Amino acid sequence: MSDAAERNWRSATDETPLVRGGLILFAVAGIALLVAAPLLTVFAEAFAKGWFAALKSLGNPDALSAIRLTLTIAAFSVPLNAAFGIAAAWFITRFDFRGKAFLITLIDLPFSVSPVVAGLCIVLMFGANSAIGGWLVAQGYPIVFALPGIVLATMFVTFPFVARELIPVMIEQGCKEEEAALTLGASGWRVFVTVTLPKIRWALLYGVLLCNARAMGEFGAVAVVSGKIRGQTATMPITIEMLYNEYLSVAAFSLAGLLTALALVTLLVKTVLELRHADEIAATHRH
Amino acid sequence: MLRPLINRSPMPGLGLSMGITLTMLSLVVLGPIGALLAQGASYGLEGIWATVNRERVWAALELSFRLSFFAALFNLFFGVILAWVLVRYDFPGRRLVDAAVDLPFALPTAVAGIALTTLYAPNGVFGVLAKEVGLKIAYTQWGIFIALIFVGLPFVTRTVQPVVEEIDREVEEASATLGATRLTTLRRVIAPMLMPAALTGFALSLARAVGEYGSVIFIAGNIPLKTEIAPLLIVIQLEEFNYDGAAAIGIAMLVISFAMLLAINLIQIWSRRRIGDV
Repeated sequence: MSDAAERNWRSATDETPLVRGGLILFAVAGIALLVAAPLLTVFAEAFAKGWFAALKSLGNPDALSAIRLTLTIAAFSVPLNAAFGIAAAWFITRFDFRGKAFLITLIDLPFSVSPVVAGLCIVLMFGANSAIGGWLVAQGYPIVFALPGIVLATMFVTFPFVARELIPVMIEQGCKEEEAALTLGASGWRVFVTVTLPKIRWALLYGVLLCNARAMGEFGAVAVVSGKIRGQTATMPITIEMLYNEYLSVAAFSLAGLLTALALVTLLVKTVLELRHADEIAATHRH
Repeated sequence: MLRPLINRSPMPGLGLSMGITLTMLSLVVLGPIGALLAQGASYGLEGIWATVNRERVWAALELSFRLSFFAALFNLFFGVILAWVLVRYDFPGRRLVDAAVDLPFALPTAVAGIALTTLYAPNGVFGVLAKEVGLKIAYTQWGIFIALIFVGLPFVTRTVQPVVEEIDREVEEASATLGATRLTTLRRVIAPMLMPAALTGFALSLARAVGEYGSVIFIAGNIPLKTEIAPLLIVIQLEEFNYDGAAAIGIAMLVISFAMLLAINLIQIWSRRRIGDV
């Protein structure tokens, strides 16, 4: 820091060392108690009976089926939401139309709806009692209490993630380069792939990462639509609940440890992206 | 003059991007929410009122909104201090703390729920300490309060942090040269600048807490009239295949949440007008 020499005395815009120390202590203690302690608890409980017991519990058929199901759900819902996010961001930032602010509000809507209410909405629209759901069940394609319903519920709660990251970045970057490419005769698709995509790749990765973490960990909405059928519609978070309620602490926390590891990797990549590509992901919209 | 619905643009992909956006929005979000409202409409206002106006439902709604409000208030206080500390002070481990703030966003709610319950249960690490001072946390309203603080923790910090970064030190220096004490500067110069962002964070934290399910149900104990939250009541109705009851409570929650967000937006507009946009 260039003003290191000036730091010897206190400037008018600093708090006293005592206040400063107190605030730092308060903040660090708060994070340690509220965030770090639960995090450590997950791993402490998972390995309470040793590494072997933890690993063995993950090899249980129910746990394996839950892991497989959760990966399947993410494999459907995350790319679909990424496609939506790109399309919505393109539509909103590249065209001028009436009702744009309203459209953005609608896209953000899932953030202010309880996951349980989201699940309820899916059940009411696609459940066996509804017109659409009843017809689909008659055709042999049940939505609720089956994979499609869980994917839909997951998509509902993670719907805004990618669009939200892309829109501010694409507004900031403008579309001068795209216009140049168009006047040089590039096709629309080529402009998107060779000009736009490289400009937004880090913001896209950022959004996809957050979307994926939430998709794999979603509990409330999935609890409502899945029917919690063991070995069939029980995702990782649902299986964690079942194991925990059966007092199988090591098994519950081992599975929870896997999801926690995913969360930590997500945070790590996110931090790296924010450090390296801060200008390419909207700094004011990070969270 | 009325603007045309869509202005002409040389950009390609209008039909495709609009088609994907509107189709998916309708199928995934608007359709299902419409189905909830339609169910409510078929049930009628009186029907909804008859369902909601029961002691157990009122107790759950009151509990959810009251504890969410206090948890968001705590997060407002803690979040502003945390944002200030992270931007203004340098200390060992600052980056780690900064990254840890986001953990409640990334950690699945069910995982947070069982971890907090284990920690605060009567035989847990913090539960034992609490018992020393005669406090029971898990399976009481205190437990719900702590879970709601956890899930809403990052919002205020993340909305206030960029604003603190933007504050021009010269404003503070000007205030100091005019004879203001540090406390006066913080109260009369800094606090108004942070207010709109802090309120946004408060609103987000509140909205999140009201709807929270996964991290709460483990630690709550779920005793009717005492520690039963509104989202759990919806789940219970659904498990009994009482779709009307579930829809009525769901609509009540939606309406109260939107009314709260509207109120907070109005306060925000008012505070922006009074202080001027920063």
